Amino acid sequence: MVSDGGLGTPHRTPRGMSSVLSAGVGFQLCFEADPRAVREALGQAVVEIARDLSPEDAGKLELALAEVLNNIVEHAYDGHPSGPVELCLRREAAWICCRIVDSGHAMPAHELPEGRMQPVPAQLDELPEGGWGWSLICTLATDLAYRREDGRNFLTFRLPLTG
Amino acid sequence: MKLTAESVAEALVVNVEEERIDAAVAIQFKDRMRDLTAGAGGRIILDLGRVTFVDSSGLGAIVSVMKFLAPVHRLELAGLTPNVGRVFHLTRMDSVFPIHASVAAALQGAGHGL
Repeated sequence: MVSDGGLGTPHRTPRGMSSVLSAGVGFQLCFEADPRAVREALGQAVVEIARDLSPEDAGKLELALAEVLNNIVEHAYDGHPSGPVELCLRREAAWICCRIVDSGHAMPAHELPEGRMQPVPAQLDELPEGGWGWSLICTLATDLAYRREDGRNFLTFRLPLTG
Repeated sequence: MKLTAESVAEALVVNVEEERIDAAVAIQFKDRMRDLTAGAGGRIILDLGRVTFVDSSGLGAIVSVMKFLAPVHRLELAGLTPNVGRVFHLTRMDSVFPIHASVAAALQGAGHGL
């Protein structure tokens, strides 16, 4: 096996990801916005943060993060050749505090989208095939906040831990 | 995206041999389902027993499959794990699909939920 570095070389992570871990403080990960990298980032977040949570809380955290990150891939970087995403997670008592930063398009009107769950239509052929992302985020998370600063999007929220 | 299909009794059971149906594989999932279910005659049951994560893209893909199978077939789901069941519940899509505890239960019920 070939050594990939000596002392001081950052731990190698997949697909150009870089992660910084501080025991007991939190979890930070930077990666390119594409669906495969999102999957890997979620995997790492689950390993580093969610392993100490109940299966239910871990599942909710992974779903909320997945929806945020998918939105960044599909909308913030829509039309861009992809770009960086920074994910920071921190546990505070009975909460996981999340911050996600990207350099893509701003949210429309620089506001969070409406998060109401759409009603289920009576006709099968009218069923939506998407559009649940923000509704899921709003259902799972609290204290959602968004700001645009220096050409970057900052989204923060907290996930309440239930058990 | 690994999906396998087997005929059991009068039903075609499609097994998802993956842990995730997410944005990274949603299109592959739809394409594979279209291939595997082409020409199927009876019930179609999607076994999600191995799947531990579905996001809104994966859910959209499952809804899309249900729509292209209709009106000849009504896609039935079996073996939802807790995380997967939560996504269906929160989006109210659990009211749209016949959902069975397992493939065995689905076959015993002979169309229960339809």
